[in-house]
Amino acid sequence: MVTTLPSIADVWAWLDAVPDPEIPVISVVELGVVREVSWHGETLQINVTPTYSGCPATRVISMDIETALRERGIDRLEIRHVLAPPWTTDWIAPAALEKLSAYGIAPPSAAGGPSACPHCGSADVSRVSQFGSTPCKAQWRCMTCLEPFDYFKCI
Amino acid sequence: MDARIEFLHRMGDTALILGHRVSEWCGHGPVLEEDIALANTALDLIGQSQMWLTLAGESEGAARTADDLAFHRDAHEFRNLLIVERPNGDFGHTILRQFLFDVYHFELLTRLGNGQDAEISAVAQKAVKEVSYHLERSSDLVVRLGDGSDESHRRMQSALDQLWPYTGEMLMRDKVDEAMAERGILPDPVSITEVWNQRVASTLDMATLAVPEHRGVQKGGKDGRMHSEHLGHLLATMQILPRSYPDAQW
Repeated sequence: MVTTLPSIADVWAWLDAVPDPEIPVISVVELGVVREVSWHGETLQINVTPTYSGCPATRVISMDIETALRERGIDRLEIRHVLAPPWTTDWIAPAALEKLSAYGIAPPSAAGGPSACPHCGSADVSRVSQFGSTPCKAQWRCMTCLEPFDYFKCI
Repeated sequence: MDARIEFLHRMGDTALILGHRVSEWCGHGPVLEEDIALANTALDLIGQSQMWLTLAGESEGAARTADDLAFHRDAHEFRNLLIVERPNGDFGHTILRQFLFDVYHFELLTRLGNGQDAEISAVAQKAVKEVSYHLERSSDLVVRLGDGSDESHRRMQSALDQLWPYTGEMLMRDKVDEAMAERGILPDPVSITEVWNQRVASTLDMATLAVPEHRGVQKGGKDGRMHSEHLGHLLATMQILPRSYPDAQW
């Protein structure tokens, strides 16, 4: 019996439907944590890199990837954790930046802080704390609409 | 023991013990934002410890996992710096210890990231990104609290006087450190001391804190010869669950 292995492009498309557990409006592919997908014989290898060393979402991401691929009939898969090169916010897909903003999280910006409040668009914003509800976020507030918001900080 | 494995234990144990100490603040921070910042810092350090101890376990070749090393060793087997096992004291004391350590940690990781050992360099390059945020925060707070009210200044000066003898162990190099330097794993270790002295002096100056004149060095943590009694109490709390239920899975 001849079986055809799914194409690498198909696998990427399937992974692009796996949401980030903390920020479900973007996928794990858009987040930039899936680094490589390759077939080794009949085993599918997926290289995943953590955002932050201690981020508990890393383990959930691996589980979600495994579940999604098993549902597509891939039984032999190996998820490898790679550290180098270290993850950077530069790897977040451009399309995901707008999704983050629409979700209420100001996207990372090279300036080191958000360019505008994700709620009202005002540029009059101020930092509350460099640490937030998850390792990847900082707490900011808008001085115009007075709402607090998360900022995805650069690393 | 092989110098590289010994060095990995030191890195992993220091991050673990400081991570645990800082995590003791969870739910007790003076304000919500600081509580969250402390918990995040602890999480980063424990995550880094997991990477270092995983590498140590793999290098030993005895099939010990990071959890085995964290939870099933006794105080005399730990190789953390003495400064990180000391009790937290008040918030200012905790922040000052963090600052004194962060300056060293940042410089150390930067150099390891440029070193010859691919595995160690990968962990260091990951960790240094997180530590740059720790350093930014602890530096800011040391200045704000030192140059704050009479009360906060007094407490920070008292913390500095108590912590100062424990800073020498970070900068002291023994044969393990020398071996790491010789193998190119830790390039240019001497400059860590120079940068540390400059950065700490300039921040303490901005914080209007007086550097103690004498630095009698308290040592014995990183070589495991003489831990303080505090470590045993810390381990008793940290290890009780996995020691009581060694095969527990969740």
